[in-house]
Amino acid sequence: MKKLMLGNEAFARGLYEGGCRFISSYPGTPSTEVTEYGAKYEEMYAEWAPNEKVAMEAAIGASIAGARSFCGMKHVGLNVAADPLYTAAYTGVNGGLVIAVADDPGMHSSQNEQDSRHHAIASKVMMVEPSDSDECRRFVKESFELSEQFDTPVIVRLSTRVSHSQSIVETEERKGDEVKVYEKNPRKYVMMPAFARDRHVFVEERMVKLREFAETSSLNKIEINNGKIGIITSGIAYQYAKEVFGGSVSYLKLGIVNPLPVKLIKDFAEKFDTVYVIEELDDIIETHCRKIGVDVKGKEIFGFTGELSQAIIAEKILGKKTEFTDFEEQVPGRPPVMCAGCPHRGIFYVLSKNKITVSGDIGCYTLGAAAPLNSMDLTVCMGASVSALHGINKIMGQEGERRSVAVIGDSTFIHSGITGLINIAYNASDSTVIILDNSITGMTGHQQNPTTGFNLKGDPASKVSLEELCHAVGIERVRVVDPYNMKETEEAVLEELSVKAPSVIISRRPCALLKYVKHKPALSVNTDKCKSCKMCLKIGCPAISFRNKKAEIEKTQCVGCGICREMCRFDAIEA
Amino acid sequence: METKSIMIVGVGGQGSLLASKILGNVFLSQGYDVKVSEVHGMSQRGGSVVTYVKYGEEVNSPVICKGEADIIVSFELLEAARWMSYLKKNGHLITSTQTLDPMPVITGAAVYPENIIEKISASGIDVTAADALAIAEEAGNVKASNVVLMGLMSSKMQIAEEVWIEAIKACVPEKFLELNLKAFSLGRNM
Repeated sequence: MKKLMLGNEAFARGLYEGGCRFISSYPGTPSTEVTEYGAKYEEMYAEWAPNEKVAMEAAIGASIAGARSFCGMKHVGLNVAADPLYTAAYTGVNGGLVIAVADDPGMHSSQNEQDSRHHAIASKVMMVEPSDSDECRRFVKESFELSEQFDTPVIVRLSTRVSHSQSIVETEERKGDEVKVYEKNPRKYVMMPAFARDRHVFVEERMVKLREFAETSSLNKIEINNGKIGIITSGIAYQYAKEVFGGSVSYLKLGIVNPLPVKLIKDFAEKFDTVYVIEELDDIIETHCRKIGVDVKGKEIFGFTGELSQAIIAEKILGKKTEFTDFEEQVPGRPPVMCAGCPHRGIFYVLSKNKITVSGDIGCYTLGAAAPLNSMDLTVCMGASVSALHGINKIMGQEGERRSVAVIGDSTFIHSGITGLINIAYNASDSTVIILDNSITGMTGHQQNPTTGFNLKGDPASKVSLEELCHAVGIERVRVVDPYNMKETEEAVLEELSVKAPSVIISRRPCALLKYVKHKPALSVNTDKCKSCKMCLKIGCPAISFRNKKAEIEKTQCVGCGICREMCRFDAIEA
Repeated sequence: METKSIMIVGVGGQGSLLASKILGNVFLSQGYDVKVSEVHGMSQRGGSVVTYVKYGEEVNSPVICKGEADIIVSFELLEAARWMSYLKKNGHLITSTQTLDPMPVITGAAVYPENIIEKISASGIDVTAADALAIAEEAGNVKASNVVLMGLMSSKMQIAEEVWIEAIKACVPEKFLELNLKAFSLGRNM
């Protein structure tokens, strides 16, 4: 049956058809939907783990127990899961183990633009890279076979445009879901030095075999056409190149991006006067070509940053520019903003108003860094808000402890903020951590997590009590505030900053976009009372604008949260 | 057949996903190769969002670059101005007259341009503007303005009305079907 599927949906279909039985992942754009679609198949157990490391270790366990297993994450998630990955490369698998890692060239929704192929190379595991939805499905199925054949985890590299583009998929039946027998084998699965030394030898031998396989595998595809130009490419970059050149050049499309073949590339390249390597982000294929003595053109033309496109390739190689007409004036930008009614708004206003240094984290609330709140001083990676605040305070002493906080979401706190909080308690800094508990993993599109009381399938689950957890690690001062009440929130923040003790403030209010959240009627501005002071504009609510010299509330957006009413000194905002 | 490119642009939360789903279904049912590329994650949060829909014998790149779109459907005026450079020469721009102030305008750091439709038109682009919100309200709910615009767009294409109706039926839950079919019809027969 032909169906339009998102790359991530087709990936999940590939897991199903490939006999996968176990899925454990942590959400991260653009990888999230692989696991969400996977959870819809009853034949596959699926869960959200607290972080990527746990997810990968759970999948390793399921593989050793004999089931075809999967874990998925975004590029930076693989950094968190790198520890188990590099040693799972040694243990190998029992049931096939497939890992999805989704890169985000152009950083549509990420804090860096790292190229995950480096992890495959460094950990010495196989990596394949599909270029559209049907390849996602087919490559995943094939990856389970290869994982078992070569006794290796296989990483499937995605990118934003592959994950989030729909294209036509032909579905097939499910097969290969028998659970293999587990046999105790410490020399393979217990990675202590004596055994690991042998396994490292195995890993190197496996790399040789994988490279031989890559020389002839149908995953690497050659398309010979007329002309004197050859293009070596992979993933979405292949689609861009094909759009520009069609049948006027020849292609070596690499479906296996680690290990890269040698003879295949040499034989292909020697047929052409000029060979281009077209790849997004780093120069992995290009460097390999140079290393094996194949002269290519690549990054000196395309550079290392951002996404490629057909327009970039046409311009850089053919010098061709498509004509277009711009709007005659500068168009104001429309950056993403916190939604109307977002519970994070009130707390960021309080922090901004009191000029508090904010150690930020990864989630919707990173938008607190944007104007007009401008309320963030640093953001590095998940969990870093809490750990970095401790470091700041150890250097700045009371100066820091009285003027700085960490802000971190509920899901991110469980992911890796808790370890930083343990450090604050254990190594005694009088730091103040604010947990922005909106009862969901927000930015990635509303995933459940261990604090929400529900699991991936939507069934009731054990629920972490953030209060008790913080107490248990040694934080005595833990209090809960409602961020819709800015006065109470401000008092709590100022008090905890002044106290000589570590503290946690839980700012608790569910995400305004959650379906179960009941909204109050939209508010409106009484234009007779409005003195045009623009105080209500300082909270950066997208529902409030300033027209005809008065504030105006857009009714289709306002959810009646009342933060703007607290701002207005003239009672001009009415229910 | 040369690949055709359609862009749906607007503000996060305006319903571009449903519009692109309907389009994808229409072209799939006509036997074309189709690619639909969307934006998820951070940029959806009230930011400028764009969806690319491409169809033809064989579609390669899922994205559309400047000067490549045959049709742009915009849910908001400022977004029409922002993305008009993606239109081909002789392309069509279909836009709702709705305006939503972006944060730089709200904070006073920028000004919302005036007379956008006239200015786009003056640069030689074929523009069709409609008060899609009012028409959607007439159909029963302002949220159906996305489907009003799909109706308007369909009137500029050579694909039978039944095909569109079937696609809407395939994409919209039963309880919202009547509303959306009415919105489509009002848009198509403007």
